[in-house]
Amino acid sequence: MWGRIVTLLIKEFIQLRRDSSARFRLIVPPLIQVIVFGYAATFEVFSVSMATLDLDRSQESRELISRFTYSGRFHIVDVAQTEREVDAAIERSDAAVAIVVDAGFAQSLRNGQSAPVQVIVDGTNSNTALIALGYVGEVAATFSQDYATDLAQRLHGAAARAVEVTLEQRPWYNPNLDSRWFFVPGVIATLILVMVVNLTSFAVVREREVGTLEQIMVTPIRPLEFILGKTIPFFLVGLALMALIATVGTLWFRIPFVGNPLVLLLGTSLYLLSILGLGLLISTVCSTQQQAFATNFFVMNPMMVLSGFSFPIASMPDVLQWLTYLDPARYYLVIIRGTFLKGVGMAALWPQMVALAVLGVALLTTSILRFRKSLD
Amino acid sequence: MKARRVKAIAKKELIQVWRDPRSLMIALLMPLMQMALLGYGVNLDIKHIPVCAFDREASQQSQALLKRFQASNYFRVVEAVGSYQVLKDALDYGRCKLGVVIPPDFSERLVDLEAAPVQVVLDATDDNTASIGLGYAQEVVSGYSGDIQLVSWQRQGTLAQNPPAVVQSRVWFNEDLNSRNFVIPGVVAMVLALVGAQLTSLTISREWERGTMEVLISTPVTRMEVMTGKILPYFAIGLVDATLCLTIAVYWFEVPFRGALATLFLTTSLFLIVVLGVGYLISVAIHSQVGASQIALVVTLMPTMLLSGFAFPIDQMPWPIQAVTYLVHSRYYVTILKAVFLKGSGLVALATPISLLALYAAAIAFLAARAFRKTLD
Repeated sequence: MWGRIVTLLIKEFIQLRRDSSARFRLIVPPLIQVIVFGYAATFEVFSVSMATLDLDRSQESRELISRFTYSGRFHIVDVAQTEREVDAAIERSDAAVAIVVDAGFAQSLRNGQSAPVQVIVDGTNSNTALIALGYVGEVAATFSQDYATDLAQRLHGAAARAVEVTLEQRPWYNPNLDSRWFFVPGVIATLILVMVVNLTSFAVVREREVGTLEQIMVTPIRPLEFILGKTIPFFLVGLALMALIATVGTLWFRIPFVGNPLVLLLGTSLYLLSILGLGLLISTVCSTQQQAFATNFFVMNPMMVLSGFSFPIASMPDVLQWLTYLDPARYYLVIIRGTFLKGVGMAALWPQMVALAVLGVALLTTSILRFRKSLD
Repeated sequence: MKARRVKAIAKKELIQVWRDPRSLMIALLMPLMQMALLGYGVNLDIKHIPVCAFDREASQQSQALLKRFQASNYFRVVEAVGSYQVLKDALDYGRCKLGVVIPPDFSERLVDLEAAPVQVVLDATDDNTASIGLGYAQEVVSGYSGDIQLVSWQRQGTLAQNPPAVVQSRVWFNEDLNSRNFVIPGVVAMVLALVGAQLTSLTISREWERGTMEVLISTPVTRMEVMTGKILPYFAIGLVDATLCLTIAVYWFEVPFRGALATLFLTTSLFLIVVLGVGYLISVAIHSQVGASQIALVVTLMPTMLLSGFAFPIDQMPWPIQAVTYLVHSRYYVTILKAVFLKGSGLVALATPISLLALYAAAIAFLAARAFRKTLD
């Protein structure tokens, strides 16, 4: 049995070696993807464009505005003179945030009353707006705190101290809150999905379409051996993709890998079972490459959106959340991020491993049964 | 260019689409599926972040602060932990995303009028959820801090100082900061880019694959007539799809629509010319239908997803990537759609993106008009 499988493997590798465009498609698109994701996919807000309008022109208002300028979070694009200018800056999207200090700001502060600061936010991009509002709140809160302490001390001498609850942040696993650390390891899951499902389903469907499948069937090879011969090369391709992206990610993008590589290897192998099963299953229901292409798209696109690769599963409606449990990529992403960033081992990841194994065995068995039938 | 010949080609193309279940599926099913999937699946609103509380003091004050976390809509206290190790496990195993640690001398420090630090430990693997959670935590803690201070000053006999500077924020265009309003217009652009390029990517390659190319070449049609006749039916289908998607966006997902329909129609037509032209160009270059649709998918899906500003803000990307985004057709349409929907912007405000999109459409149309060759090699 193994002799025949090895022969088939050798045939597949010779085919791959002679096909220069296939080699190109195996290496270049993954690299492009990981680089584009590494540089372009970010929800981070490094610098918010801001317009300012100071209608009070007091020492206090200037102090407040300079705190925004020097916070490092904002860059001032427009120092407006009228309300209308501020509105226009927001309308044209020149500024994402505008600060308006009304006349009487300093007076209210000196009288011990609350002094309102108007903030106008362009909410078109809700995520950026939310983060920008957080930055504004932070700057305004420190200004308030300092002003209050200062005032109390001026009125009562050094004895009057302010009481304050401060927040110390400890973002674990990704201390600089770098989007790259979230996206780049995740690319492993989506790339393996796309490449391996495409390769597997096309490899079988192509033989069927070209008619070489019948030729293989008249050889003494048995269906199971044929399936193994077709899937083992793509299993190895999947592992190679994982290694390629992990290498680019750690060496080029400097993403830490704190976990155990063997855990990732085990997770990847289990994930590949599901993915190969899926590719085979698609190949049994399609008779032409065109059908396979369309089916692949209709299956993989939802899998990517529902995997939690870029959009949090917890924010999806319940029905979609239930569907995510059928998505092998969902579990694999937890394993990838767990091993890369958290450094957790089997103790934490066993539920994901079990889920992947169950899905993988189910998909592979169904596809092998269907496949044998389609050959008879 | 003769209208009669264009009409003949267009009619033939329409019949072919009607009889090809695959094309019909792309034209009708794909927009619906994509709208549902992305409309519901792409959601960046973050609420009810699971929180573990590690109260090392268990005093009235520390409980009061934790109650504020509990009361906030953004957090959900799921577990009270008794040690750092348990907290670490909870984060490691993903039972919570955020841990609030209150030090054992919390109330003492408050009485002594010192700064009382509260620690927030976050699972930052998903950095976006973490930064937004951090912003909310900051809000809760400063609210608490302000109130404590007020009480303390009253006790010290200082004039009751309200929290001095108060931020009054007004959010424009997307008042509830609902991520759906921001995502859905981009989804419409994505669906049209995907469907448009898929549809036309099959037109010429189909002639090659079915062997009807010789027949087409032997007729007196010119390449302009071929292009127009091939693209027109899909333009009509594209407009139907666009109407479908935009109707779903407004009536199903309830995204506010504040602009003018005319602006939307004009820019959608321009965008359709671009995407259909791109598909047509691919179709002329690649002689197999599978190859052509694969390339059309690669060329449209990733750039539209990542580089159009659909979800990831372009102005925060490094400049070489920003430069590349100018080549991505959907970048302009996404900008326009968001502005027309949420801001109600008109032609004047959108002059720049519209003229760039028009330029893009002209360039693609020019290339497409010259692409088809009446030779067999």
